[in-house]
Amino acid sequence: MELTTVWFSLIAVLWIGYFTLEGFDFGVGMLLPVLARDDTERRVMINTIGPVWDGNEVWLLVAGGATFAAFPEWYATLFSGFYLPLLLILVALIVRGLAFEYRAKRDDDRWRRRWDLAIIVGSFVPALLWGVAFANILRGVPIDADLEYAGGFFELLNPYALLGGLTTLGLFVTHGALFVALKTDGEIRHRARGLAIPAVGVTAVLAVAFLAWTQQQTGTVGSAVAFVAAALALVGAGLAARAAREGWAFLGTFVTIALAVAGLFLALFPDVMPTTLAGGTSLTTTNAAATSYTLGIMTVVAVVFTPLVLAYQAWTYWVFRKRIAVHHIPAAPAPATAAR
Amino acid sequence: MDPTDIARWQFAITTVYHFLFVPITIGLSAVIAGYEIAWLRTGNERWLRLTKFLGKLFLINFAIGVVTGIVQEFQFGMNWSDYSRFVGDVFGAPLAVEGLLAFFLESTFLGLWIFGWDRLPAKLHAACIVLVHVGTLFSSYFILAANSWMQHPVGYEYNPTTGRAEMNDFAAVMFNKVQLVTFPHVVLSAYMTGAAFVVGVALWHLRRARTDADRALYRPAVRTGAWIVLVAALGIVVSGDVQGKVMTEVQPMKMAAAEGLYETEAPADFSVFQLGTLDGDEETFSVKVPGLLSFLATGTPNGEVEGINELRERYQEEYGADPGAAYYSPGDYTPVIPLTYWTFRLMIGLGMAGAAIAVWVLWATRAGRTPLGRAVLAAAVGLPLLPLLANTSGWIFTEMGRQPWAVFGLMTTEHAVSPGLTTAEAWISLLTLTAVYGVLAVVEVRLMLTWIRRGADELPPEVPDDAGDDRPLAFAY
Repeated sequence: MELTTVWFSLIAVLWIGYFTLEGFDFGVGMLLPVLARDDTERRVMINTIGPVWDGNEVWLLVAGGATFAAFPEWYATLFSGFYLPLLLILVALIVRGLAFEYRAKRDDDRWRRRWDLAIIVGSFVPALLWGVAFANILRGVPIDADLEYAGGFFELLNPYALLGGLTTLGLFVTHGALFVALKTDGEIRHRARGLAIPAVGVTAVLAVAFLAWTQQQTGTVGSAVAFVAAALALVGAGLAARAAREGWAFLGTFVTIALAVAGLFLALFPDVMPTTLAGGTSLTTTNAAATSYTLGIMTVVAVVFTPLVLAYQAWTYWVFRKRIAVHHIPAAPAPATAAR
Repeated sequence: MDPTDIARWQFAITTVYHFLFVPITIGLSAVIAGYEIAWLRTGNERWLRLTKFLGKLFLINFAIGVVTGIVQEFQFGMNWSDYSRFVGDVFGAPLAVEGLLAFFLESTFLGLWIFGWDRLPAKLHAACIVLVHVGTLFSSYFILAANSWMQHPVGYEYNPTTGRAEMNDFAAVMFNKVQLVTFPHVVLSAYMTGAAFVVGVALWHLRRARTDADRALYRPAVRTGAWIVLVAALGIVVSGDVQGKVMTEVQPMKMAAAEGLYETEAPADFSVFQLGTLDGDEETFSVKVPGLLSFLATGTPNGEVEGINELRERYQEEYGADPGAAYYSPGDYTPVIPLTYWTFRLMIGLGMAGAAIAVWVLWATRAGRTPLGRAVLAAAVGLPLLPLLANTSGWIFTEMGRQPWAVFGLMTTEHAVSPGLTTAEAWISLLTLTAVYGVLAVVEVRLMLTWIRRGADELPPEVPDDAGDDRPLAFAY
């Protein structure tokens, strides 16, 4: 296999890692006002992702860094082109990340409510916009012969892209609800499972529409197989949720997201960012790539360290495998007043 | 302002801001790891209390370092896309490796450390914070290797077909001679910064302490911290000295700009400060140390140091007359001299002032003494701030001293900016990030002060093992 294809696949793997892992973090964040009835329950939810959310977010940073190294032209065109949506995502991730760390550090209702809002909005915005961004990559955007993005902000808000956004939103909400059902105990667990069942239904409609539209645009046999399997996994997740098999249900949405993202990358290949301009140049795995020397070095590093990262991240999930319930939450340890 | 100016301001603001928190993360994680290991080895509970106390402060700092780091990873593509295209083959690799080796290590093991107090065996728990620290060192190494390449590009070949710098020697990039002196200099500065933070916090509590138990808790933190500050400061001087000589060799203009030296001199003096315009006219007043600049630049008190005027002519011959017409008059390869002149002095002066305070603290707390005067308060507040400001000055010096180049000798800053970036977009981004960062700074400082005042908690009572899974979490958000 060509090194450029290897790296295209590795970047797909990094995005799969990011969406399957931070996907449920986003879901937990968005469902904070829906599933939790009081502050203790909100803390139960936040603590389910407490030890892992930051490690999950690193998948994004590595995906960004790997794109920079392996496909510099893709990195340059994508992030300078999708400028304002990316800025929104960055701001959302900033306030959301800080919220997890800071909200329990002061015993003050107004303080906590503000950070709750940061968590909710900061999870909603990227959950929606990543879908919009990926759909636009697949659909193609105006890229001129110099590989520069030649469109505006509002071109990114087309119906297909918005459907893509709603699809990731729905998937992450469902994924998050099933994660809460899997990781908590007591009423909140039942509430989460109760919500997940209709959420699977709504998401299935959105996802099937979006994936079918994608398949019809640029699909290949490979992407078709991945999309169908993703849909089946989502149905499986729904059935498992109804049967109160939370572990299987969560695995179901996990596999759904992984296969859907894999299918999107299969539908994209060998382009990485196709153009819609007549005289423009599409970015492909070849014309956007770094040299084979750089890709070779990077391959060695990735082959050695990716399994190690997977092993210790998996171990973290094992260490924190126990369900969390209301009685596990200690009284707020924070000072009651602000510094004078 | 045009988009290039705005993008430069954004890079300056976001990077300086990010690097206020990063050195504390690096240094403090080392100190905390040391205290937790001390607790394991001695069984003395004061080390455990300090570990937990500083651990809370560490998290308040770490969180803001992490979230502002996200912007760093993406703004190259957003604002500097031509730079990204040009250097991605070389510069992207260390960034990607940094993510894979460092960011995963830091974030995963920090999560384990925070939430693992009663889930992990004590030794494994201590190993987690050690790994967090190792992660911060990896991170420093790779990002500094990337920056060193911008100061002194090596291990690449320019490909005229693609118009890109292409890597042909990864080892040369990783072991760039600029990198080999920059890494120790920056990491030692981070140790000094983290330890100075510990001294400041502990000294403030030592002065307020009303019981012997409290004094016995905070005194060792003050003294270990002050020793680290002092030893790190010595290392900073040594590495900085070597760095000056490497800089003179690979970026002579930066050394000339550090002094505002217009004409080549042998021996060259170093002015401690200077009142005047720094534009090459006669200075009105200055205090000079004879031969010191020669010594800093060449290692001998009589060595020749090239001046700005000669260098400008040499650069014109080598690189042509166009460093980016919007900023520089044709043929001008001179950085902003007053800025490089003063930031160079502030870096050295503030760092030395910090070391001096550490010496005083060690003297004042010798043999069980507890100083109580106002000077202690000034030291407690001043010592943590001095290295922070010195770090900032150092970075502004080294980045502004490289101008007009983004990559020395290869690409000017003006040619690095995203060609499609509109003024409106650049403003939206700059203002949004500045506003968000400003608000977060206020929130962070207030929260930090609250938790510093609170001091180290008593250790919680032992929970009997038979409580099993129903125990409350040892740490919860």
